[in-house]
Amino acid sequence: MVETTQSRGAAWRKGVQDGIPIGLGYFAVSFAFGIMAKEAGMTVFQAGLISITNLTSAGQFAAVGLMVSGASYAEMALTQLIINLRYCLMSCALSQKWDPAVPSFHRFLVAHGVTDEIFGVSILKEGHLNPWFNYGLMSAAVPGWVGGTVIGALCGAILPESLTSALGIAIYGMFLAIVIPPAKKERAIAAVVIAAMVCSTVFRLTPVLKGVSSGFQIIIITVLVAGLAAALRPLEKEEGEEA
Amino acid sequence: MRGNIYLYIAVMAGVTYLIRVLPLTLIRKQIDNRFVQSFLYYVPYATLSAMTFPAILTSTTSVAAATLGFIVAVILAWKDKGLVTVAAFACVTVFIAERFL
Repeated sequence: MVETTQSRGAAWRKGVQDGIPIGLGYFAVSFAFGIMAKEAGMTVFQAGLISITNLTSAGQFAAVGLMVSGASYAEMALTQLIINLRYCLMSCALSQKWDPAVPSFHRFLVAHGVTDEIFGVSILKEGHLNPWFNYGLMSAAVPGWVGGTVIGALCGAILPESLTSALGIAIYGMFLAIVIPPAKKERAIAAVVIAAMVCSTVFRLTPVLKGVSSGFQIIIITVLVAGLAAALRPLEKEEGEEA
Repeated sequence: MRGNIYLYIAVMAGVTYLIRVLPLTLIRKQIDNRFVQSFLYYVPYATLSAMTFPAILTSTTSVAAATLGFIVAVILAWKDKGLVTVAAFACVTVFIAERFL
């Protein structure tokens, strides 16, 4: 199929449309990230730079904690690898939907925009992946993420403490909204969610384990819990498609 | 902060981009290994859950308010409300609770 400029534009516009709720959600969460980054001693530019180059919620929040604690670059790399490993699976799934007729350079651009939400919207589309649809999603989502970060870093200091305190819970609310609905449908996921929370609590309370940096705690718990789940409840053939 | 912040950012951005771009550019076939597939499938749930609890309880000024926010978030997420709704109501709950606690 030969793609016309018009069909590209239509796909892009549809992407922007579907991406607007994503961008709004990102704004709220990255606003909290901006405040956190500023409180950790970063400039507005540095906070914005992190958001535009990383485009990932959990990884960025963990990174600020690592920087403050003076973690090594290796620890930073390993933490990002583990926390963001899910994008690997998402990119694998997206690669299965790639139209061989679409030039390969689009893969490099689409890749930067593989987030939980953009993936969720684009993988559910019928047929082959249209990179212009993904660019539309990114055009709405990226400004939301970066804009929220910059405004959060700028205004964080002038907002009353009661407000910034309340915003601190936003990211965790979002995480719960990501993990709970699938946990309701699949008992194995529910078991993973509960086991990970219990392990994390044990780490936080046990004298020796408490000393392990939070990044490595996450790595250990993830490998342990996801590994056990994969051994005990391996996927049926098709399930991986929707992951 | 002991390290160079721009080096930190370069490391995190580099690792994150490689995770996203390598499978998309290199893998052209379905992954066959069932264990790897299953492991990757469970990873986000384990990671996000471990990051959320118990950290959520100390994410605001008052632990009691955060606990209320946590409960509200769990209930709304259970009812399949979207990410924004769940996050917003958790914040509102904490904001109101901290006025009274």
